[in-house]
Parts: sequence; structure tokens; C-alpha cells
Amino acid sequence: MDPTLQSVLLGLTVLFVLLHLAGFLIWVERRLLALMQDRLGPNRAGPFGLFIIVADIIKIFTKEDWTPPFADRPVFVLAPAIIMITALLGFTVVPFAPGLVVMDSNIGVLFFLAMSSMGIYSVILGGWASNSKYSLLGGLRMSAQMFSYEVFMGLALMGVVILAGSLNLSDIVEAQRGMWFVVPQFIGFVLFLIAGLAESHRLPFDMPEAESELVAGFHGEYSSMKFGMFFVGEYMGLTLISALIVTFFFGGWLGPGFLPPVVWFSLKTALFIGFFILLRAAIPRPRYDQLLAWGWKYLLPLSLVNLVATAVVVLIRHG
Amino acid sequence: MSVTLPPDLQSAVLAEETILGGVPAMWIDRGRIVEVLRHFKTAAEKPFPMLYDLSAVDERERAPRAGRPASAFTVFYHLFALDGARDVLLKVPLTADALEVPSITALWPAADWYEREVWDMFGIRFDGHPRLRRILMPPTWKGHPLRKDHYARATEAGPFSLPEDRHEEEERALRFNPGEWGLEAESEDSEFMFLNVGPQHPGTHGVIRFVLQLDGEEILDVVPDIGYHHRGAEKMAERQSWHTYIPYTDRVDYLSGTLNNLPYLMAVEQLAGIEVPPRAQMIRVMLCELFRISNHLVWYGTYAQDVGQLSPVFYMFSDRERLFGIIEAVCGARMHPNWFRIGGVAADLPEGWERLVREFLDYMPRRLREYDKMVMGNQLIKARTVGIGAFNAAEAVEWGVTGPALRACGVEWDLRKIRPYCGYEQFEFDVPVAHKGDCYDRGLVRIEEMRQSLRIVRQCLDNMPSGPVKADHPLTTPPPKDRVMHDIETLITHFLAVSWGPVIPAGESIGRIEGSKGLYSYYAVSEKDTIPYRMRIRSSSFPHMQFIPEISRGHMIPDLLAIIGATDFVLADVDR
Repeated sequence: MDPTLQSVLLGLTVLFVLLHLAGFLIWVERRLLALMQDRLGPNRAGPFGLFIIVADIIKIFTKEDWTPPFADRPVFVLAPAIIMITALLGFTVVPFAPGLVVMDSNIGVLFFLAMSSMGIYSVILGGWASNSKYSLLGGLRMSAQMFSYEVFMGLALMGVVILAGSLNLSDIVEAQRGMWFVVPQFIGFVLFLIAGLAESHRLPFDMPEAESELVAGFHGEYSSMKFGMFFVGEYMGLTLISALIVTFFFGGWLGPGFLPPVVWFSLKTALFIGFFILLRAAIPRPRYDQLLAWGWKYLLPLSLVNLVATAVVVLIRHG
Repeated sequence: MSVTLPPDLQSAVLAEETILGGVPAMWIDRGRIVEVLRHFKTAAEKPFPMLYDLSAVDERERAPRAGRPASAFTVFYHLFALDGARDVLLKVPLTADALEVPSITALWPAADWYEREVWDMFGIRFDGHPRLRRILMPPTWKGHPLRKDHYARATEAGPFSLPEDRHEEEERALRFNPGEWGLEAESEDSEFMFLNVGPQHPGTHGVIRFVLQLDGEEILDVVPDIGYHHRGAEKMAERQSWHTYIPYTDRVDYLSGTLNNLPYLMAVEQLAGIEVPPRAQMIRVMLCELFRISNHLVWYGTYAQDVGQLSPVFYMFSDRERLFGIIEAVCGARMHPNWFRIGGVAADLPEGWERLVREFLDYMPRRLREYDKMVMGNQLIKARTVGIGAFNAAEAVEWGVTGPALRACGVEWDLRKIRPYCGYEQFEFDVPVAHKGDCYDRGLVRIEEMRQSLRIVRQCLDNMPSGPVKADHPLTTPPPKDRVMHDIETLITHFLAVSWGPVIPAGESIGRIEGSKGLYSYYAVSEKDTIPYRMRIRSSSFPHMQFIPEISRGHMIPDLLAIIGATDFVLADVDR
């Protein structure tokens, strides 16, 4: 088959799967949270309450799509689109199995980092364009949070890049045949996990929306599908971060041969998604100035130390 | 118990009386009230540092009585001292043509809201009050609701209409102008942001509005705007019979069920001279302690939720469900049990209640240990609450803060120990204290209180006396029915007591308990009628709410939510 056509087909498949996955994840999260919280969760519509997804979609599409008169309209509309676009583009560099990648780029890591930084604009612009105080506070918190966490997110990955000697994600997975990078790069893994969590702005890093403080924060003024896009974007961000943790630190598609690589990849990713949901159920929200202080005072220096140490070890071994 | 004044102030005393419940009262000349209050606060040999309550009575429809100065409206100041739980009540008679009293906000900053409430409810002016505005009623309200000539029901008010001009006036009243709230709009180098938290906000636990003056996210000042949950519980007392008012009390602090019935009934029973039989006493204690646990469980869950922990609230609510299982078996209702009666309780405990209570007592301690690890042991919870909203014992007393918040400042003070009521002297329990007075310590105290309440409930379970659950007294309501069908006099008495309700002897009485949130009292004024003449509800949430700005300044928005969470207020209890 023509490679271009193949890429396009694969891209469409990924798009299809991801958009449905986001809807499915909403159900998964609600059921999992309910399980952890001693309650039932949605269990009425259809088998295991699965049809709640359909009901949610119908609801969210038929709600009044209201743009507040005081909002900055073009930006207000643009903001939710950005989060979807960047999250989807982030997936283009993720290798699901050998050769199964939309864009086998040799700057994959950089591309992902660029997309995730762009994604922040969505929150900041959404908070700013809503022109309401709660939204503004949410947007401001997000920008402060991102400044501090973006920095070491990149740095945390550099250890992996040094070990693999490549910025291509498929190469990084291949380099883990001997040992998953979570072992030599454990600190890098923890840092990336934290930064990724902050990036996806979910509890305990959900200061931008902080329900009990800012009501809904940056998306407080959004309704209907614009809100839906933030919502779906959040789940896609969550999936993306899980997929990348697996790719960078847990050997991507690698696994014993009795299951196909793409299944290994999906299983591992699902595990991390579950872990993130568990975190949400378990951990309270720090104050955002505390969060910034931890970021700058501990996590950033730690990521630098990790980077230097990795470089030294690699130099000595190859030296 | 008596209170004396030095010779130079003796002349200010117009009369003296004693209010049932052991509160000495003095009538003081209006011109010298500030002097007398200052003496009691600072100079007296045994001072009264706490302004416990301040309200008024519309005396215009009251029969004159010997020894009571003529008065159209009486403003009363209820002072309190923790050592020995001493009280004194100072009454100031006012004539209808001069409804003015000097403000005491300079002496007691806590008088601020109380004086505003009296202005709002009675139209009595306080000279020198910095911001004498309505506090519970909307700013456009006409009239003063607790005056006897103000209607009590909407149907007495005539048809409602909202013409264009009135609509505009109402809208104008809603416009926000920082100056009216006592807030500066800008400083020399920055313009402040004003943020409305509420009246609809997930972090405020009900309808209240906090106006925040912010510099960035730092809180420069907070002004709570209360009254959204005002239901006129005090006014309703003036048209309900003594018996039919009981369900209304349930709804004042709606998380504490029977803890609301108790102070009201104590006040009524003191007036009626009823001795409650021991079994009824112990049933009351048991239910009150169960409701204390129930209240604290709700507080615990929402406190964790306010600092962003999602799950605990579900665990605590499901534990509360178990507890409601007991309450339901006993009372047939859950949150609003309406279970205590004048002279006892509505009915005896159901068969098998021991098993229900025992199961809960065996189940709960394990859960509390688990929650300790989950919530109080969590480092992030500590980071959010340790050192936040701290105050010391002196400030607490100054602002009328009582209950767990006071004990969190290291004051080992519990009314159940200091001046036991309802047979609390028979129980063994400790008064938990903490020492830093911050949000975290307030939490610690409440959690330990739950354990102590479990201890008390177990003692009730093991030592429940037998005997009647209602006093053998003519004013017990509803009266015992066993002899009704035997002779006509009993039938008539029973019929009147049920249809009209009991006629409670004239007098004044204060019933006070250690509520789930702090000191909680009902001040009943009876004119020998089937309905109360005046019912003053002193709730602890009101002063606690007034205190919030004092401990929030300089913190950040998330801290305010932690402070609100740790305060444990119920808005119906603030507004009544």
C-alpha cells in the first residue's frame, strides 16, 4: 500500500479510537471512583451502565451553546479547540506497535513536548477570554503551574533520551529491550509522572478548576460541546500521558510474545490510566503556591541532578 | 448566684431579677449601660469577658408586672465567663419614642453583628455603630420583623406585586459598591479585585456570600453577607404552641437533630417546673451524642472535600447512614427527628435498640482509626491546614467562640463538665483539647469528640434505667393517655392540652447546652399562654461566622475554604 495512504488510514483509525476512548474513559472513571468510594456510580442505562456514554453525548450536544456576551468571542471559541488539537497531535508520534505510528518522526520527543506546551494555551486563553473572575484566576493558576512544571518535564525526559541515544519514540522503545528505563531512570519516571499529572491538570493538580474554590475555574463559562471539548481533551491528555509514560519508561509495546505488541501497549496504558484515577480518589489538593514552591525548590533541581548523573554514567560506560 | 456592682454603679440598676436556668439579670439605665458593661468586662473582681448574646424583646404586648421597669422594647446583653460558667444578663428598658442605645462595638467588637441584628429585627438604633445596616433581611425590606406589629405570615401582608419602579429599586440595591461594605476599592499602588464567593458556591456549604477583597490571590479582607437562609425561626415561635414549636427547632442546626430540641425543652421545662424522669434523660443524652457524632461526620467529610480530597465524604456519609439507621429505628425520622417532648421523649426506645447501638459502637472506632490515616495523617491535608486560620483562647473568648474551636486553643472547657445538665454528671468522658488553635487542631478536637461521644453512648447502653419516658406532670405534652377514657376531668384536660397545647407559667428561662458546634441556648419568655411570647435562639454559628474575617486576612483563597471547612457552621444556624 502507498505509505501516505497508510499513514492517513492509521491517523483516522487513531482519531476514531481516541475519541471513543475518551467517552469510554468518562464511564470508566465514574465506575472506578464509585468503586473506590463505596457507591454504585452509573449502573442503570444499558449493561453496566455503559449507555450513560451515549446519554452524555446526546446531552452535551443538545445543550444550549452559550457564549457569554462579555466574553472575547473568537478566543473563547478557539480555546477548547486547541486542547483537542494538541492532544490529538501529540498522539501522532506515539508508537503503538512496531511500525504502527502515524508519524515516525526523529524528533518525536520534542514534538510531544511542543504539543503539550501548546495545550496549555487552551486553558489560559479559555480562562482569559471568559472574562469572568473565577475563570481568570483559574487561567492564571494554570499559567503559573505550567511555567514551573513544563521546565522539568522536558528535563526529566532527557535522561531517557541520553540512554536511548535518540529522540525517536520507536527507537526509545527498542532501546528498552534489555531493561525498561524505569529501572535506570526511576527518578526521571517519578518526575515525569508528576509533571504529566500537572500537565493534565487533574486532582491533585487541578488548581485551575479547583471545584471547592474556583467552582469550575477556567471552563466555568463554557457550556455544551465547548465544555465537552475541554472534558474530552482532559481525558485525551490523561491517555496521552499514560501512553507516553509507558513508551518512555515501561517498554512501550514490548512484552512476552503470547500477546500482540499493541495489546501489551494498551494494557500498560490502561494500568496507568487506572493509577491516575486512583490518585484522584485518594489525594487532596495542595495550595497552588505550595505546588509552585515544590516544583521550583525540589523537583527542578532533582531533575537537573538526574540529568547530570545519567550523562556522567553514560559517558563513563562508553568512554 | 448573684452579681454585685460597685457602689458608684449601684444607682444605674433599676431592678433585679433571676432568669430560670441560673442567670441573674439586672435592669440598667440606658445612659449608663456602657459603663456597667465596661465594668463587667474589665474591672470587676470576677470579670465576664465574653459577650454571649445581645438581642431585644418587644415588650409592648406584655402585661406589666411588679418589679419590672416600664419598657416598650428591652435590649439585653448576656455576658458570660468561662470560669465556673457564670452569667449575667443586663436589660436596658427603652421607651417607644426613643429607640436608641449607645453602641458597644468599641468595647466588644463582637457586638457588631448582634447590634445590626437588633436594628434589623426591632428597629432599635445603636449610636456610634460603624455600619448599622440590615443583616438578615434584604436591604429594601420595610419594617422590622420581630416587632409584634409586624406580620408573621405572607398571607397577612397583602398581595405581592413587583411594579417596574420597585423592580428597579431592588436591582439598584443589588449593585456592588465596595464602600458600602466597608472596603477600599484600591490602594496607592494597586487596584483590588472583588470576588463574590457565594451565595451559590460549592465550597460554602449553603447559601452565604463572602465578599473577598483580593490582591492577586491574597485575601485582604472578607465580608460575610448572611441572611440567605433566614427563616424567622424566632418569629415562628411567637405563633406556634409550645408543643408544635419543637419541629421548628430541629431545622435550626439541621445537622444536629435532637441537639436542637434539648435547649428549647430545657427552657420550657424550667418554666413549667417539670422534672424529667431518669430514663427519658438518658434517652435524650444518647440521642444527642449520636447526633453529635452524625454532625461531626458530616463536618469531617466536607472538611476533607474542601481541601480537595474527593473520597472521604462518601465514607463518612455512609457511616452516617448507619447511624441514621439507629435514629430511624428510634424516632422514625432521620435528620429532623422531632423526638423530644415537653417532659420527656415521644415514646420509649424500640425493641432491639441495644443491638443496633452495640453494632454501631463496635463498628465506628475502627472506621475512625482508618480516617485518621486517610485524612488527618495525610501530609497534604496537614500542609493545607496546619497554621491556617489560627487564633488563641483570648481572641476566642473576645469573639464569643465556643465549642470545639475554643477547645482547639487549649481551653479544656465543656459545658457538660462545668455545669452538667440532663444528667451528664453521671457519665465518664474526657474533654479533648488541642493547642495551636488552627484549622488542623479544630479537626483533631472534633474527631476525639466523636470517640468520647461513643464512650458516652456505650455508658447509656450499659446503664439505661427503666421507668417512664415522660414526666408525671400536668404540663407534660402530649399528656399521658392511659386514664383518659376513665373519667371526664382527665378527658377534658387531655383534650385541651392536645388541642390548645399546654399553658406554660409566666416567666423567663434560658436552656443551654454544649451543642455540636458550641454553646447553644434558647431564651424563652412566657406570658402564661399557649404560645411563647418571645424566643431568642443563641446559636454558636453566628459568632463563629462573624469571626471568620478576623482569621482569614492575609491568607489565600484556598485557605479561606479550609477555614470555612474547619469552622463547621450550618447556615440555618447562622441565620435562624
